[in-house]
Amino acid sequence: MSDLEAVIMSAILFAGSAQFTSIAILGAGGGAGAAIAAATLMNSRFLPMSAAVGPSFTGRALMRALKGQAVVDHSWALSSKGDGRFDEALLFGASAVAYCTWVSGTAIGALWGDKLGDPDALGLDAIFPAFFFGLLLNELRSRRARGVAALGAAIALALVPFTPPGAPVLVASLASLVGLTRRARAEAEERQEAEGEPR
Amino acid sequence: MSTAATTIVALALISAAIKAIGPVLLGGRELPTWFTSVVILLGPALLAALVATQAFAEGDRLALDPDTAGVAAGGLVIWRSGSIIACVVAAAAVTAGLRAL
Repeated sequence: MSDLEAVIMSAILFAGSAQFTSIAILGAGGGAGAAIAAATLMNSRFLPMSAAVGPSFTGRALMRALKGQAVVDHSWALSSKGDGRFDEALLFGASAVAYCTWVSGTAIGALWGDKLGDPDALGLDAIFPAFFFGLLLNELRSRRARGVAALGAAIALALVPFTPPGAPVLVASLASLVGLTRRARAEAEERQEAEGEPR
Repeated sequence: MSTAATTIVALALISAAIKAIGPVLLGGRELPTWFTSVVILLGPALLAALVATQAFAEGDRLALDPDTAGVAAGGLVIWRSGSIIACVVAAAAVTAGLRAL
């Protein structure tokens, strides 16, 4: 992949894990089909995420489809209000900052990457999981949330040896179905009501 | 079109569709309680899975690597101090330090 292609990829795809996955496969001599399939699996977690945000978006269908493009892991988590709704402005703001950083970072890497040294030696690969850990702590207010987090992590780790990358995280999202239990629904109703009259 | 270009264009289209489906179908709707209840728990489930796989998985095997220790150190820092900046700096520093040994 050329430097220009890498920058274009960051600009129109804007999805770190999917980009790394597909580049690794192409770099190892794999075909476009294999790279596309693997990266799509990495991005499949955006299906439940954007479905969760969907009801919070206003505007016509095309506008909502465009708004959905702003969904990435951290901005999705940051913009969650905790009552099932999402803050549009926060979602777009957090994504815009990340987008500029991501594209310019890719350009810097393409231009001067060989002078910057090995990113692994600098420990940069630990930054994203550590950041997500911080976002996760924010979500663990209730005992049920802590249980679901433990369940999600357990499902994902159990699947790692047996499934292609991306599948463990997608399947782990099923842990949220604990929310269908009667007590969870009763508490969700309280939170909805505490938020004020429904929109 | 080259293999790389084909991959990029196809992925961009598929990814855009994945992110558009939910908002197009569900946009502006009133939330049923069961949906709200599941969405509230989707954050903990997905974030925990992301942290766990990024910290412990190397491809298709589980491993305790320097980045596992780095993420643990970052977690400890944010839990005690609440600072996200200190958290990511500690995670990178511990990971880099262990790799340099």
